[in-house]
Order: sequence, then C-alpha cells, then structure tokens
Amino acid sequence: MATDKKAVKRPRKKPSARTTTVYAPVELATPERRRTLGGLRVGDLLSIVGAAVAAFALAVILTTQIAPITGGIAFFIVWYLLFVSTYALLVSLDDSRTFVVDRVVAVVITSIATLLFSILIFVITFVIGRGSEALPFVNFYIDDMQSAGPLDPLSVGGVGHAILGSLIQISIALVITIPLGIAAAVYLNEINSRFSRFVRTIVEAMTALPSIVAGLFIFATAILMFGVPKSGIAASLAISVMMLPIMIRSADVVLRLVPQTLKEASIGLGASQWRTAWTVVLPTSRSGLTTSIILATARGIGETSPVLLTSGFTAALNVNPLADPMVSLPLAIFQFVKSPEPSMIARGFGTAAVLMVVVLTLFVVARWVGSMTPERAARGRIRREKIVTSIVSLFATARSAVEARVNATRSKELP
Amino acid sequence: MFDDKPRRLTIIRDTGDKVFRGTIRAGGSVVLIIMVLVGSFLAFRASEALGVVGWSFFTEQAWEPDQGKFGIAAVIVGTILIALVAVCVAVPLALSTSLFITEYAPRQLRSFLVSIVDLMAAIPSVVFGLWGFFFFQPFIVPISKWLAQYFGWIPFLAVDGVDPTDPLATTTVYTSSSFIAGIVVGMMVTPIVTSIMREVFSQTPIGEREAALGLGATRWAMIRNVVLPFGQGGIIGGTMLGLGRALGETITVYMIISPVFTIQPHILQNGGNSVAALIALRYGESTPMGLSALMAAGLALFAMTLAVNFGASIVVARSRSGAAS
Repeated sequence: MATDKKAVKRPRKKPSARTTTVYAPVELATPERRRTLGGLRVGDLLSIVGAAVAAFALAVILTTQIAPITGGIAFFIVWYLLFVSTYALLVSLDDSRTFVVDRVVAVVITSIATLLFSILIFVITFVIGRGSEALPFVNFYIDDMQSAGPLDPLSVGGVGHAILGSLIQISIALVITIPLGIAAAVYLNEINSRFSRFVRTIVEAMTALPSIVAGLFIFATAILMFGVPKSGIAASLAISVMMLPIMIRSADVVLRLVPQTLKEASIGLGASQWRTAWTVVLPTSRSGLTTSIILATARGIGETSPVLLTSGFTAALNVNPLADPMVSLPLAIFQFVKSPEPSMIARGFGTAAVLMVVVLTLFVVARWVGSMTPERAARGRIRREKIVTSIVSLFATARSAVEARVNATRSKELP
Repeated sequence: MFDDKPRRLTIIRDTGDKVFRGTIRAGGSVVLIIMVLVGSFLAFRASEALGVVGWSFFTEQAWEPDQGKFGIAAVIVGTILIALVAVCVAVPLALSTSLFITEYAPRQLRSFLVSIVDLMAAIPSVVFGLWGFFFFQPFIVPISKWLAQYFGWIPFLAVDGVDPTDPLATTTVYTSSSFIAGIVVGMMVTPIVTSIMREVFSQTPIGEREAALGLGATRWAMIRNVVLPFGQGGIIGGTMLGLGRALGETITVYMIISPVFTIQPHILQNGGNSVAALIALRYGESTPMGLSALMAAGLALFAMTLAVNFGASIVVARSRSGAAS
C-alpha cells in the first residue's frame, strides 16, 4: 500500500512532460450500440425487384418466342441468369466495378444459400408429405407386417415391430458405447502418454470407417465365425462399432474445452485425479457429453447399412435380441420401397417420417441439453424446488385445515 | 548461489486414483483393441482374396469371386466418379451457405440457420435415398438429357446408344446414373461440409475484418482478402471430409444406381457402381471366397477414406484457423 501512495503522489508534486493523464471515461447519454453493417436501402431493394421483374419478362420472351425451350427448370435457370446480369447492369449505372462485384456476389451467395435451405426443408416436407397417407392409421404404429400382404391397404399392418426393434437395438448399442466411449474419451484427456496419443490417432482413423464396412466386419466375425444368428444383438454390435469412434471423437473435443484452470484449482486444493475428474471435469462438460451421446445416437439409429448386413429381415414382431431376425426403422424403409406396390411405398414413406421424427426429437433434445449452462440449470433447479415447496406447503395447509376440522368435530363430540 | 533446477516431483497416487486410472486405461485399450481388430481382421481376410488374384485385383472389372475372377477396377472408378460429382455439388453449395451464415445473414437469424444445418447433417441417408429416387430422379432427367445433347462431345458426358437430338427417344437411359446418385450424395454431405467451413469462417479474427472494412473494402473484398485466406484450411479440410463421407455412402447410391461391372466413365448414362453398394449387393453370397473378395473391396474403400480423412486433418491442423478445431 505504501508504495502505491508514493506512486500516486509523486507526479502531483513534479508534473513533467512525461506524465500521462488518464481521463475518466466519458459517460454517454445513450448506451453504445453495435452498428449493423450492410442492411438494405430502398434503392437496393428497388433494383433487386426491378431486375427480377425485367429478367422475368425477358425470359418469357426468350423461352417462348426467340429460342423455345420446355420445362420449368430450364425457364428458372434462364430467368436466374438474366436476373443476375440485369442486376449487375442496374448497379453499374451508378456504382463502380468494385461495388458491382460486391452486390452481385451478395445476391449469388444469398440465392445459393436460400436454394440449399429450401432443398433441405423440401426433403423433410416431401418425405413427411408422402408419408402422411400412412400416418393417420393407429395400427401403423402398433402392428407388425405379419398379417399384411403386399396388396393389403394401409389399414392393415404397421411398423410397430420396426419401432420396437430400433429402440432395442439402439439401447443395446448405447449400453455398450456409453461406458466405453466416455471412459476412452476421459482417458485421452486425463492421461497424456505416447499410448494415449496412439489411441487418439487410431480413433480418428476409425471415424473414416464406412458404415457398411462396420456391418461387414460384424457379419464376417460374429455371424459367420462365432455363429451368432442374424439378430438384434448382431445389429447392435455393428451399430456400436460405427458409433464408438464418432462418440469418442466428439466427447474428446468437449472434454478438451474444460478450462485447465478449473482442473488445476481442484488439484491444487489437494483433490486426487479421480476426484477432479468426477467432481470437476465431468460435471463441467456434462451438457457437451450428453450432446455428443445424443448426436451419435441419431447417427446410429438412422444408419441402414450396418443393420442391412447383420439384423436380418422379418415381418413379425421380435423382442428377443438374442435370436431370430429383428427389423429396425431404416431397414424397414429400405425393404418397403423395394416393392412396386403403392401401399408398400406409402408405408415406406410413413416409416421414414417416423424415423425423421425420432431423429429430429433426438436432435432438439441434444440442442436443448447442449445449450444448458450451469446457470440455467441452477435456475431450473430453483424453479423446480419452488414448485415442490409450494406443493408441499399447499399440502401442509390442506392437512392443517383438515386437522383443524377433525379437531373441531372431535371437540364437539367429546363433551 | 543455488542451482535453479526443477525439482523432481514424485506422485503418490491413492487407491482411488489407481483404480480410476486403471479403469479409463482399460476403456481406452478396449476401444483400441476393437478398432485394431476391425482393421487387422479386414486386412487378414482380404489378403486371402488378394493372394488368389494378386495385382489383377486392381485392374479386373468383373466380379465373379467363385470363378476366381474379380477386381475393383469398375467399382473404384464408379465410387470416385460419384464422389467427385458429389463434391462438385457440395462445395459451391456449402461455401456459399457458410459464407451466407457467417457474413450475410441477419444476426438474429444466424444461430437458427446453424441449427438447421446441423440438423440436416443428422438426417438419415435412407431418407435422402427416398427423396432422390422418388422425386429427384424424374426431376433431373431432362437436365441430364440437355447436358448430353449439348455437351455430349465432352467424353465423360457422352451417352451411348441413344440419339440425344431425337425428341421422342426414351429417357430411361438417363436414369440411375452416377450423375444422379452423385448429386443426391452431394446434397447429403453438404451440411457436414457447411458446418466445418462455417466453424472456421466464424473464427476469423474480428480485428482483421474491421481493419479491411476500415480501409474501405466492400464486404466481398473483405471476404476475399480476409475470411477466405484465413479459412483456407477449413475449406480444403471440409471438402476432403465431405469427399470421405461421399466415398463411403451406401444406401443412397444403392437405391438409385443400377449396378454394372464395367468401367462406366459416362456419368450421365444409366448404370454405375460403388464399392459400398457392391458390398450391400453381394454380401449374401457367403462362400468364403466371395466374402474375402468383399473384404478386400471394403479394405480398399477404407484405405481410400482413411487417406482422404488424414489428408483433411493434416490440412486443417496446419492452417492458421485449424489449431482450435
């Protein structure tokens, strides 16, 4: 403290040219706001709309009168090319070349991105739309295909067996992969040795393993060598081989994000490595680890090629993973759409819609868990505790009211 | 004077720690054993098949393992063609979309778009296969025809056995081609490529961006001179990862393509093949020889995806932006 005072006092006594004066920050009347770059001016909008309209008119003349072509796609492409060139021309009227390039690139990038997003959304809506024929039937979710022939209407049979099969297979795969995957990821992060670096390299290499090769491996070893029948367990093994590297890799990345200072603080307080991992590293990265597990699950449940080779196909419900073929959602889709019958294809699309809903749900849950910060989690816990205490206090009030009532009647009766 | 040497630290671990380290080490070792087992088993079984046909495995086009006459020349060429088409589709789409998300999209919309892209990466491939087979194929055939008509003089766009100028000719020759399969696979890998590129672009130092803008650069000039050079590693790495995924894709290709066992360099024409589709098609022939032959094909595919993936990770790790990802 003493040295501090000296340092402050000295310049006051002897002001010199070397002194740096620091002013207190100016209080702004309004808080600073981030400026938005870009944005859209009226003129920009007008030239875009104008170019679009002009290009449309030109394209109509070009494709119907001058050089006739057929097909909506061809017309669209001609229109788009004309639109971009008209827009470039419009901008070049009052801006230099640099700005023309900037504007045209902005329009092209925006339209390609829009195209991609609309394709992706279209894929989902197309599958769900074609599947909506099968979706209203309740039997579609609970029945199996045993009693339904290829010519039967959608009111007979369903994919209950595939839904259950998928759930059983992914559960077994998770029982195998979660402990192994998390242990391996913790190992890669906690123990830094030549061997652990080797393991990391091999795991990274294995993320390149095509899923069909994982299926082929299980087919050749478990089924042909060890005589495991084509069954749910074989499919689960194939899914596990495929999921394991994916899960380890993303869990490894998540664990690496745990601040080193937190670990050092824990070690510095005398905690053992095991205590540090259990009470600091894992809780800190809990949401990230959950996300990596859920995303690997989404991959595992949607992949067809490993189960194609290992699970076998059946139309009947089978809940025993150890024997007999067990069908899963992706495999059911694959088999349904092989048939030329419209009702079977509708079933295929319906199954695809169910599978998509499962994957979307998993994904949304993953996002929700992944965005869970400790602060938000704590807030949720406090809210839940409040609800619990209010319910408890409600019960307590009710109980005391009842007791009062009972006591009142008793005291009336007693005398 | 004292010598300022680092002290030797002795770590005495308690029982809990020993058990913990043993457990995780066991987990790591089991994973390693599984992975090495997969690789070495593939190599072992493949070597039986390779021992029979030798080097002709890489030059033979037919696939008749029981006659001892099989090779991956046709399927490897098919695989590479499909993957190249896929990359040609995926890279412009992914590059534009990732730039759109990081540079052009309104700030409020960004995280939403990011989750949409990530969500798309989770869509099962069989769903893309359905879409490709039932919607996209009829949709794209006129374009294939148009390409064949006007660009048929480029060797790989030629189509045999049909006169492209004849308006009444059947269009079935344009279906189930490597071109269509490649585009659908390209759509499928685009989200993955996009999310890698976006990740890298978003790490561009804000100071460099602002410096460029402050010097009077337009947004595109800033992107070209700051964002793209910074994200170079991510662009190449993402592209290669997409290529790796496209090479190993099974179900989409299997659903769309009609398999042939000759080298089919005409991508617009009906028929093609890929290693993964070959395995899905022929695994049922469980004669030991047929299976070893498939193992050899699988091993060749794995070697290819492995090389591509390692190349990608080396490129990403060496680039400026790659240290964090």
